[in-house]
Order: sequence, then structure tokens, then C-alpha cells
Amino acid sequence: MSNDQSALPASRRPVDPRGPRFGAAITTVVLVVALVFVETTLGTVLIAWQTLVFALGALVGLQAQPYGVLFRRVVRPRLAPPAELEDPAAPRFAQAVGLVFMAVALIASLAGVAIVALIAVALALAAAFLNAAFNFCLGCEMYVIGARLRRS
Amino acid sequence: MTGVWIVLFVLAAATAFGLWFQRNNGRVKDAPSSAVPMSADDDPPADIEPEPLSAEAEALAPVLEGRLGERATMVQFSSAFCQPCRATRRILEEVSVLVPGVSHVEIDAEENLELVRVLDIRRTPTVLFLDRRGVVRKQASGQPRKADVVAALGELLPEEGPDFSI
Repeated sequence: MSNDQSALPASRRPVDPRGPRFGAAITTVVLVVALVFVETTLGTVLIAWQTLVFALGALVGLQAQPYGVLFRRVVRPRLAPPAELEDPAAPRFAQAVGLVFMAVALIASLAGVAIVALIAVALALAAAFLNAAFNFCLGCEMYVIGARLRRS
Repeated sequence: MTGVWIVLFVLAAATAFGLWFQRNNGRVKDAPSSAVPMSADDDPPADIEPEPLSAEAEALAPVLEGRLGERATMVQFSSAFCQPCRATRRILEEVSVLVPGVSHVEIDAEENLELVRVLDIRRTPTVLFLDRRGVVRKQASGQPRKADVVAALGELLPEEGPDFSI
């Protein structure tokens, strides 16, 4: 890594890998509550909120993702500096995958198709939990298979 | 109440999968194609014409041209969205400095999709351990531990012992 990282645009700057993992932990909690209250207004509001969070992370960049902002402002100043930084491409890809699931959940939820919303939120919860608890890298697992399918 | 049961089911299933994943991720296994590897004793002297190589070795040969290690080669497949690939690169580079005659080659999976298909690479990082003829003998998918990498190379190079003379 070169020293002129500040010259990169905010969306390309390397990030503290603990940030995305912290965000996945909050996402896990939000989605657990959303699933428990899935057919109520609270459930729909939480699904809409999480969709917005993923949309900001995927479309604007990690620097705009609310949980990432919380990590940088509140959590990171209390921690030791990270051992190494991470390219933001991988966590941003994970945000995009989350956005797809949550957008489906939000549309289904608003349309009153509870079963589709349940399944979509459950899949997003599994991914977020695996990321937070086991540092499971969805991008690594999906990317090559996706590339093989696209060009075959 | 349905939601509560779904939450419990998802967390239990994900935990089971996560534990399985942690146990198996990065383990070095015998390559499926190395079912009939030549034992150390059959290894022909270098001056004898080598027997035809496997399809895998033939597919790899043009990519590895000139980068094959004298004694063994670690071929790492990586992708852009992959943090463990960077950690794996660091481990393999350390090992290639540590063990004489062993080289480390990193290949971008996306730029070499044809090769990825022939070798049936499904995840990144995947590391192939090639003997000195360029035959795939062992492989690990996921980030391997340094000790496992050293052990795999040790199994690959039994015939040469501690004597590094050529």
C-alpha cells in the first residue's frame, strides 16, 4: 500500500476490516427483530431501514454506510489501530448482495406477501450472521462461481 | 411466533455451517487428479523423457511458463473481492523464501476463466501444489495455515531429503 491513500476518492480508500464485521453484527440484530415482527409495521420499517443501509453502502460507498459511520466515530477511536487495512471492494460487494435480498423483502412486505419477505430476510440474516460470527467472506465464495456462470 | 422459530432455525443452521466451514477451510488435501501419483521411488531421473502429463498440467503449462519452481510450485488463484487471498499471498511468499526451489505464482481467476474451468476452481483463494514436473499433487481451498503449507511441501519433496544440491 502506498502512502498517498488520502489521494484516493473516499469510496476507494482501504478500510479497517473490523468495521464491516461490526456492521454485520448490527445488521444481524436488526434482521432478528425484523423477522420476529415480520408482519407488523415495526417489521416493515426495519426492513426498509436495512434496505436503505445496504443501498448507501453498495451504491454510494462504505464511507456513507450508517453502521460504518457509527464504527468510525464511536467504536474505532476506542480500539487499537488495525493490524492491516482491507480493500473496500469485498465488503461493498457484500452490501450489494444484501441490498438484493432486502429489496426483495421490502417489496414483498409492502405487497403483503409475507412468505417471500420471510425467506428473503432469513437468507440475509444467515449471511450477516456468518459474516459477523465466522468472518465468512461471501464475495470470495460467490465471485468465481458467478464469473464462471456469466461467461460459460 | 413464526418469526421466532425462523430466527432460531436460521441461527442454528448458520452456526452449524460456520463451524463446518472453519474446520475445513484451507485444509490441504490430495488433488483429485493425483490418484496415481508416481511414488518417490518411481520418479524418473531428470534426463529421461518424462511421461505425458495430465490435462490439468497441460492447461497450466502455458500460464506457468518460466515460473515453475525447481522443486515445487504453489499456484494461487485469487479474485478481486477477496481479503483472505491477500493473507494467503503473504503466507505463500514467506514459504517460498523459506524453502529453496519452491516458487509462488498468483493467478487472477477472472482473467483466466478457461483455466479455472479446466481445473474446476470454485473458490478463491485456491492453492494448487505442483511437483517439479508441474503435476498438481495437492490443493487447498480457502486460506491455508502456514504450517499446513510447509507440511504439504514436505510430503511433495520426500525424495530430495535435506540435501539441496541439484
